[in-house]
Amino acid sequence: MGLITWAVGPWGRLVPTHIAWYLIWVAAIAGLFFMIVHAIYVGIFAAPKKFAKNDSPAVVASIPERVPRHSLVARAFHWVMAISMFALLITAFLPKVGIKFDWVTYHWIAGIVLTVSILFHIFHTSFFLDFWSIWPDKIDIRDMKRRLLRSMGKEAPPPDRFAKYPLENKLYHAVIVLAGLAVIITGVFMMKRVDTYGIFTRNPYIFGDMTWGMMYVLHGLAGVGLIALIMVHIYFGIRPEKLPITKSMIFGYMSRDFYLEEHDPERWAVEKSSPPQEGYAPSDAD
Amino acid sequence: MAIIRDVMPAFDLLQPGSAADAQKLLQQHGDEAWVMAGGLDSFDWLKDRIKKPKVLVDLSGIDELKGIRTTGDGVQIGAMTTLTEIANHPEIKKNYSLLSDAVSLVASPQIRNQGTLGGNVSQDVRCWYYRDGWPCYRAGGNICYADTPVGRNREHAIFGADRCVAVHPSDSAPALIALDAKFVIQTPKGERVLDAEDYFVGPEYDITRINVLEPGYLLTAIRIPSTWAGAKFYFEKVRDRNVWDFPLMNVASAMVLSGGNIDRIRIAVSAVSPKPMRLKAVEDAVHGKPADATTGAMAGKLAVQGAVPLQFNAYKIPLMRNLVKRAIGGVQEATWA
Repeated sequence: MGLITWAVGPWGRLVPTHIAWYLIWVAAIAGLFFMIVHAIYVGIFAAPKKFAKNDSPAVVASIPERVPRHSLVARAFHWVMAISMFALLITAFLPKVGIKFDWVTYHWIAGIVLTVSILFHIFHTSFFLDFWSIWPDKIDIRDMKRRLLRSMGKEAPPPDRFAKYPLENKLYHAVIVLAGLAVIITGVFMMKRVDTYGIFTRNPYIFGDMTWGMMYVLHGLAGVGLIALIMVHIYFGIRPEKLPITKSMIFGYMSRDFYLEEHDPERWAVEKSSPPQEGYAPSDAD
Repeated sequence: MAIIRDVMPAFDLLQPGSAADAQKLLQQHGDEAWVMAGGLDSFDWLKDRIKKPKVLVDLSGIDELKGIRTTGDGVQIGAMTTLTEIANHPEIKKNYSLLSDAVSLVASPQIRNQGTLGGNVSQDVRCWYYRDGWPCYRAGGNICYADTPVGRNREHAIFGADRCVAVHPSDSAPALIALDAKFVIQTPKGERVLDAEDYFVGPEYDITRINVLEPGYLLTAIRIPSTWAGAKFYFEKVRDRNVWDFPLMNVASAMVLSGGNIDRIRIAVSAVSPKPMRLKAVEDAVHGKPADATTGAMAGKLAVQGAVPLQFNAYKIPLMRNLVKRAIGGVQEATWA
């Protein structure tokens, strides 16, 4: 029972064809396992969060009641991407687990939507938002060490509050960037193999059998990885302590209390002039 | 890739004596079992060592799956009835000659003596690459070797290609669709009866299957209702040689005329797509019109709308246009004789 299925090509060469489909279940079980372990850890073992904070009354007074977090454009991108990702996972994997339907056309159309939305996201964050706000910085690394030591009962100064995004959020983003780029890049090439109604001219000869096989394997591995990643994302999205963040992805803002509790005004400056409902934070990268 | 020819892989041969036993065996062995009717398609796969089942369930000893009997509403043909028996059966020849005409053009006399109706409709698709064991989409891989700029695709599909461009080659299937036949299937949950056109599965739904049969399913009989008994029938098969050949295309139609106009019609073609195709749009378009060459020409043009030829099979478009034209106009001409 290998991770990859192999076949003998026309030239007698053993070539990979795709991943073994039981990996769908492995990914789903891994995602479920993570959620259970995390829920038990947070519910029973984890100590309450404690941050170093020393906000002056002037700073506190300057924070609006509703702190703008995600612009309308950023939220629209997130939900378009979410819908296309769900469509991709459903059309990719339901037929593999026995629910048969005409999936190929829906799959590549959803893939195009995802690709275009990601390209827009890269452009938007590069030129209109703070591109680096979603990537871990030195303070994140330092605070990660502090949090780990404190969680093990060892002496360490309390960590600072987060910038706009908690470190876990940044690490998740980095992993999903890798998986997302893997499925998008391989997926775009794979569109040369199916009928896309003229968008791509079919030409399976642009790569050899081995390259194509590896491409399908990479597409599949990243795809099943996304099953676990999306499961974990939804899990965190509905956890009570994360609901303010989830709501901010719907309504665009979070409360001042939550902001001051979890976020450091010196690391994530709120744009006070922005109207709460429509504005966006200058560091918005999501 | 087929390397060793003519020596079948080892398997357990099971020869049940009843349909119920066969269905239980198929259910017991699931996707490790291979169902063999006349063996003509099966032995190709097995001797080329492309299919390697652990268990082969041979249906040839099940008498209840053989024979033709008249029912209150038409005829019921056992799935293991030979094509020769169907071609020569008086009731079939008298009232359902579309089917006898179709099966009498299958391959050669020897093959018709051995081949069965169930096997003919359930045979796998035709494609050089797929049948030679190449790891194409249908075989579980991720490429279609036929649909490439230099792929040999003269015999392949002009409709319904969804990654796979192989064609369903059955001669009896379009005739059964035109006769509005019902396929009787024994499943682990009981008997299911399907319309003929619903028996076949296209690659857009499941690229690794050709029909609705799942592990544990057994096609037991085909019922032809009396609805079309004695109608005007037309069957034509075009092939490279006049015996022992698969169709490049075939067409089957059943028409009921009223005052020279088409009152009811069913028409289907095979070898144009990965599953036999009922031409519903044509049926609707010619309803109420005279069964003549003008209507036939209009129907032919309509039939090929949406056809997408491959590198070497564009000839199939005029071929289909003319076969459909003759299927409608030809019946009228036959009455003049």
